[in-house]
Amino acid sequence: MRALDFEYMLDLVPVLLGYVPLTLFMAIIGMFFALILASILAVERVFKIPVLDSFVRLFISFFRGTPLLVQLFLFYYGVPQVLSFLTNIDGVTATIMGLTLHFSAYMAESIRAAILGVDRSQWEAAQAVGMTQGQMMYHIILPQAARVAAPTLVNYFIDMIKGTSLAFTLGVTEVMGATQKEAAGSFLYFEAFLVVAAIYWIMVEALAFLQRYLEIYLNKAHAR
Amino acid sequence: MTKPAAISIKGLSKSFGATRVLEDINLDIAEGERVVVIGPSGTGKSTLLRCLNYLDHPDSGTIRIGDLSVDADKASRADILALRRKTSFVFQNYALFANKTARENITQALITVKGQPKADAIARADATLRETGLADKADAYPAALSGGQQQRVGIGRAMALDADLMLFDEPTSALDPEWVGEVLDLMRQVAEKRQTMLIVTHEIQFAREIADRIIFMDGGKIVEQGPPKQLLEAPQDPRTKAFLRRVS
Repeated sequence: MRALDFEYMLDLVPVLLGYVPLTLFMAIIGMFFALILASILAVERVFKIPVLDSFVRLFISFFRGTPLLVQLFLFYYGVPQVLSFLTNIDGVTATIMGLTLHFSAYMAESIRAAILGVDRSQWEAAQAVGMTQGQMMYHIILPQAARVAAPTLVNYFIDMIKGTSLAFTLGVTEVMGATQKEAAGSFLYFEAFLVVAAIYWIMVEALAFLQRYLEIYLNKAHAR
Repeated sequence: MTKPAAISIKGLSKSFGATRVLEDINLDIAEGERVVVIGPSGTGKSTLLRCLNYLDHPDSGTIRIGDLSVDADKASRADILALRRKTSFVFQNYALFANKTARENITQALITVKGQPKADAIARADATLRETGLADKADAYPAALSGGQQQRVGIGRAMALDADLMLFDEPTSALDPEWVGEVLDLMRQVAEKRQTMLIVTHEIQFAREIADRIIFMDGGKIVEQGPPKQLLEAPQDPRTKAFLRRVS
């Protein structure tokens, strides 16, 4: 057994931190679009719009039923062979697309369950004052569902941050890709991956810290 | 009556599965009339109210409010929306929007449904909250209000809509006894403005005070109706007599 090269690890930290913005960029943009898409999918699943519902169920089934890595390869290497306008798709865009579609499928089911958990009286009150279905969902139902779904959605966001590490397989140099390169140069694989594990861990813990404030905000209507 | 009825209900029927809850209800209500519906539990009183704004879709029958007429056989989504915008509804369980403050509960529909400018809606909400004695609770969320306060906001939300017909579905039945009085007081205030009201309640004494007409329902039908004095003191039908004996 050899000793850990602490000096190397310390030197590696600022190098890898330089790639954190790209990792977070992919995760945040991915989460942003995934939330919008998942809300639309969830609302559709609640109202079960004829024909469209079959497509939505197929979509959710496919993106939940296949590995994220397979989906990323499909978008980056596969689809451009068929759809020529995607030939020049870059790894970052393909990663964001893949994360968005993959996680929206999971999140749609959580949001759907949260929507169905909103008390029937809330739907009826919104209908009774003459709101359209869209107004009812936007002003009354979705905000209340958000409170219930928030802890689960934060979990998916955590998963998504870690999921960005797969972008290195598409040639993107983000935190994981950079670690890979550094380790290949130094042969200090243990040190390098230990450092990158710590970086992901700290990012996720920081998020968990923010989660508390999010939940306080979402619970403000329910404090007595 | 020479003046045509403001509200006219014809042949309204509703079944849940094999159970017939409303059977061929015919009812005219004049503008400014305050009608109270009484009767045993499970006789379709609440369903009648809920069919009038299509929270429950009637199986057949026509509802006319002013110049809007909606037939159950061919009610479109637009018809239903228009009907709901001519009525307002006070729920037994208050049903305040849980994610909105007392003020927002009132402004929400004024802004999104009636298209009022935000400042006007807020002014109206604050005036309504003063009327309901809750000016100091404008920024409170429903979870922080007592049952009686919540129901007063619920009535305020319905008042501010200036609907042609206000529907009250057992507004005091879910309340602790200590809050019933303040809610009935507020309903009295509304009644004094000659707002057209259709109220389902078990508060017979209250009905006697404020109603122009009391309707007794049993088994999904209107059994008997008349001015409070007549219906309560000289009921004709044995079912009405039996019910009044039980509740008084």
